[in-house]
Amino acid sequence: MSDDHVYMTLAEGHEDDSRWAFGTGFEDPLHGVDTAVPEGVDAAALAADCVALADDALVLAQRLAEWITRAPELEEEVALANIGLDLLGQARLLYSRAGQTDGTGRDEDAYAYFRDPADFRNVRLAELPREDFAFAVTRLLVLSAWRLEHFRRLTAHPDPVLAAVAAKGVKELTYHRQYAAEWVVRLGDGTPESHRRTRTALDRVAPYLGELFTACDVREEVVAVLRQVTEAAGLPMPAYRPLPGSGRDGEHTEHLAPLLAELQSVARAHPEATW
Amino acid sequence: MVTTSPDARRARHVAEQVPDPELPMLTLADLGVLRDVEVTGDGTVVAGLTPTYSGCPAMAEMRADVAARLRAAGYPRVEIRTVLDPPWTSDWITETGRRKLTEHGIAPPGAAPRGPVPLVLAPTRRTVPCPRCGATDTEETSRFAATSCKALWRCRSCREPFEYVKEI
Repeated sequence: MSDDHVYMTLAEGHEDDSRWAFGTGFEDPLHGVDTAVPEGVDAAALAADCVALADDALVLAQRLAEWITRAPELEEEVALANIGLDLLGQARLLYSRAGQTDGTGRDEDAYAYFRDPADFRNVRLAELPREDFAFAVTRLLVLSAWRLEHFRRLTAHPDPVLAAVAAKGVKELTYHRQYAAEWVVRLGDGTPESHRRTRTALDRVAPYLGELFTACDVREEVVAVLRQVTEAAGLPMPAYRPLPGSGRDGEHTEHLAPLLAELQSVARAHPEATW
Repeated sequence: MVTTSPDARRARHVAEQVPDPELPMLTLADLGVLRDVEVTGDGTVVAGLTPTYSGCPAMAEMRADVAARLRAAGYPRVEIRTVLDPPWTSDWITETGRRKLTEHGIAPPGAAPRGPVPLVLAPTRRTVPCPRCGATDTEETSRFAATSCKALWRCRSCREPFEYVKEI
């Protein structure tokens, strides 16, 4: 450790694998997990599913992270950041699984930082801009209710790794859905202003519901949740005409590219960096 | 658990004593995240660790800590494996772990739910006794706290805020 630059010194290799700061030295989150793809499972299709589900989580986590320093109360900032962190964890596991199964051997960073917007397969609802807090919790309600039902089905997936990631995620998503649902009720049943904003938010997310159900048809379960929440909130069930196209086919709104540009800027400026 | 040989039992004992990076009053054994510890024919210690939450940033820390402790205890070859199935549940926090949490002002979790959890919007009456004064007149202030695994509560009797490890 002769280098007198303090950061260079810190970044040098350390004996015994000790890490020099909390949160550095990331390694494959699936380290040591059996990577074999079971017989009868289409590896390419499995990888594509993992990437799509990871993209949903990564993009929504980034939108949630935008609330840090902007949330109405510290508690809500902490909640949204924690929910984003859960999703980021799911994304890391799923990207790692994709890299094991699509034949490229890519690591999680390759998927998150070195693909272009047209390569992303997230549903468009995840990438819509931040808007206000009513929109944040309304979108979170829809996406967590949908992802929860989707993951419940995936717990029976023949790939044991995807099934295990889903089983873990179900527990987390249950908390996300509960948090979002309570806020939608509180805002819908709150002041005329919070009611108006939540109603506007429901109208904004409604056209994107069809895309979710095409990706995984859990319409009945999600609609039941939305009905339960809107009734308790005194809000109308959103009526909608589904928008054509799907993020699952690489068709995105103009909002994804700027989001990714920010997310990927450091990694692309320093592609050889380690953290 | 395949900790049959004396060597594996000793290795397990070393790994069990590693403190959790986020809740340092607990060992990894108290938290229930340490799975099988085996010693293979060539002397490699293979230890399984399971994440509490998918995004838990402490996971990499735990992995490094366990490997370092085992190496310091005379096992030069250590392999830490991530175990995803079955997923961690707060039910695996041991009785000792629960007692230590309470002693440090953190309320331990109740029984984890089994099967699908329905969405309940009506106010639910749950009792989380205050870890400081034992009063049951407490309320939740935030479902999420400094880490995903905890919620924030406060005691209306002694007026102290406290953290509560969520059931999962």
